[in-house]
Amino acid sequence: MWLVFIEKREGKIKKSSLETLAETSRRAEELDLEVAAVVVGSSFENLTPLWVQGAKKTYWLKGEDLEVYSPEIYAQVLYELIQQIKPEAVFFAGTALGRDLAPRLAAKLRVALVSDCTRIIISNGSLLFVRPVYAGKALLTLKLKTKPFLATLRPNVFPLKEIKDENIAPGEIIEKTIGLNYNGPVAKVVEIVREEGAELDVTEAEVIISGGRGMKAAENFNLLRELSTLIPRSAIGASRAAVDSGWIGHQHQVGQTGKTVCPNLYLAFGISGSIQHLAGMSGSKVIVAVNKDPEAPIFKVADLGVVGDLFQIIPPLKEELRKALAE
Amino acid sequence: MNLLVFVKRVPDTESKIRIAPDGQGIVEEGLNFIISPYDEYAVEEALRLREAKGGKVTVVCVGKEEALLILRKCLAMGADEALLIKDSAPESFEGLRVAAAIASLVKQRFPNFDLLLFGKQSFGADNAQVPAMVAELLGIPQVNVVVKLIIEGRNGVAYREIEGALEKVVFSLPAVISAQKGLNEPRYETLKGIMAAKKKEIPIIPIDELGISEDFLTPKMEIIKLEMPPTKKAGRIIQLPPEEAAKEIVRFLREEAKII
Ligand SMILES: Cc1cc2nc3c(=O)[nH]c(=O)nc-3n(C[C@H](O)[C@H](O)[C@H](O)COP(=O)(O)OP(=O)(O)OC[C@H]3O[C@@H](n4cnc5c(N)ncnc54)[C@H](O)[C@@H]3O)c2cc1C
Repeated sequence: MWLVFIEKREGKIKKSSLETLAETSRRAEELDLEVAAVVVGSSFENLTPLWVQGAKKTYWLKGEDLEVYSPEIYAQVLYELIQQIKPEAVFFAGTALGRDLAPRLAAKLRVALVSDCTRIIISNGSLLFVRPVYAGKALLTLKLKTKPFLATLRPNVFPLKEIKDENIAPGEIIEKTIGLNYNGPVAKVVEIVREEGAELDVTEAEVIISGGRGMKAAENFNLLRELSTLIPRSAIGASRAAVDSGWIGHQHQVGQTGKTVCPNLYLAFGISGSIQHLAGMSGSKVIVAVNKDPEAPIFKVADLGVVGDLFQIIPPLKEELRKALAE
Repeated sequence: MNLLVFVKRVPDTESKIRIAPDGQGIVEEGLNFIISPYDEYAVEEALRLREAKGGKVTVVCVGKEEALLILRKCLAMGADEALLIKDSAPESFEGLRVAAAIASLVKQRFPNFDLLLFGKQSFGADNAQVPAMVAELLGIPQVNVVVKLIIEGRNGVAYREIEGALEKVVFSLPAVISAQKGLNEPRYETLKGIMAAKKKEIPIIPIDELGISEDFLTPKMEIIKLEMPPTKKAGRIIQLPPEEAAKEIVRFLREEAKII
């Protein structure tokens, strides 16, 4: 059996957890294995998406100290569950939480952990994991030799299953009240501080509208925000040059010292396409770049490159998008 | 405060990566190596804490002897001491081996530490595994991807980056912190610092003298291959008046990319 850790934020199941479940259940089917989900804490509103994405069972861990995430406590309760049910593998979405929790658990179990997988292959009956290394400049294929092994899957890479909810029979829910056997010191989340007007994070957005030094000033990012209000599930990205100029917060930075993203669409305005910027976004499914320099390296990765002045192109682009999306 | 910072020697981020003929790693020859970018934020934060509260900053690297160079850089930035855990093993992309070495070192030589600082991930393996693993092996709290850190007495408050927000996390010392860009602006080495660093001795401890148990050291993954990513076929480049360019972008998104 494979186990998939399901993460929630404000009571809702995270999309990247569902992607992880969908992908692992596709692969597990090939190997004739079953996939179970594990949820922690009591406030899950609706478990239907878990059955839809391929879980046959859900372990539901309940307990006093489990409402708020703590890596020390979550690693402990997952450890206890793993000792009981002995899965062959445990998967996490490669989110902020997944990448915080999985290594702690791997050290507790003393097992292999592969981070940030972008492909799972079954080749001659053996299971292989592919992940980008050196900021995407190389691809590494690994075989994991421990039981269980752990893996985090990169968000926004794996497709969800498109099945109508009503066709799915609910799976089995196994509730476990875990008495906490952890009395070590813990880090406790006391507050979640949202960024002013913070929309969606770039790692979760389906469309990223990104600006670089060519944006020239902080207020010009409003041009990108206006485009973003037209496009559902879009977020604003930026190059380091824009962030370092103080035009936008660094949580928007894409690239090697920023975030690695793989949206369906990456729209780059006034970004030259330095190797460090490409490291964070060249995995995007479609790239459209606007730059006034026909030699800009960003054009090497763009599916559509538009040579021109972004300040002249954005206003008519807004109009065209508005028309297109209204239809 | 007794502050320990862990740094890794990695290829310069500007460098062109070449795959070794055996497909098990990269060609190191001709590459320029640097301190992994996020680790510099960790060094800087430790120096600032020492300046505010007194104490000592020790910088540790697990790696080959060539890593002495980056340890000297950290001394030149202002660290008090440096130490190399010598490990000649090639990059394995596994965090646990290094985490076990660090945990053993800390237990044996630095039992009275207050804070362990790391970069949030290293360039290359890009794992982001070692800090949390060390925290687990030492049984202490962890806060990763930190952009703001406040220490008051034996307690800490850290702001950690999550999707679209920050988590405010409270913890007690000793603890593990990993640094994200935004935490601070690392200082440059001064000439005086560079001169002083040259005179400092950097002790070298071979990894197999740390008494690490076998189950940490046995490789848990097998590298099947390392390869270049497939090159994307070149796209189309257009140069049109703004209105037409805008129309073409939307047409492309609709008809070819099928995104809107
Ligand atoms: C260790 C390290 C880590 C780094 N990490 C990152 C990272 O994570 N992310 C990142 O982005 N960078 C990173 N960098 C920096 C990177 O090397 C580049 O300096 C940076 O990406 C440049 O940003 P830019 O493309 O916005 O600016 P520039 O390179 O200055 O490009 C600006 C572009 O805008 C175009 N332009 C100007 N005006 C207009 C206009 N009116 N209309 C259309 N186009 C216009 C210009 O033609 C030019 O191509 C890192 C560097 C180092 C050394």
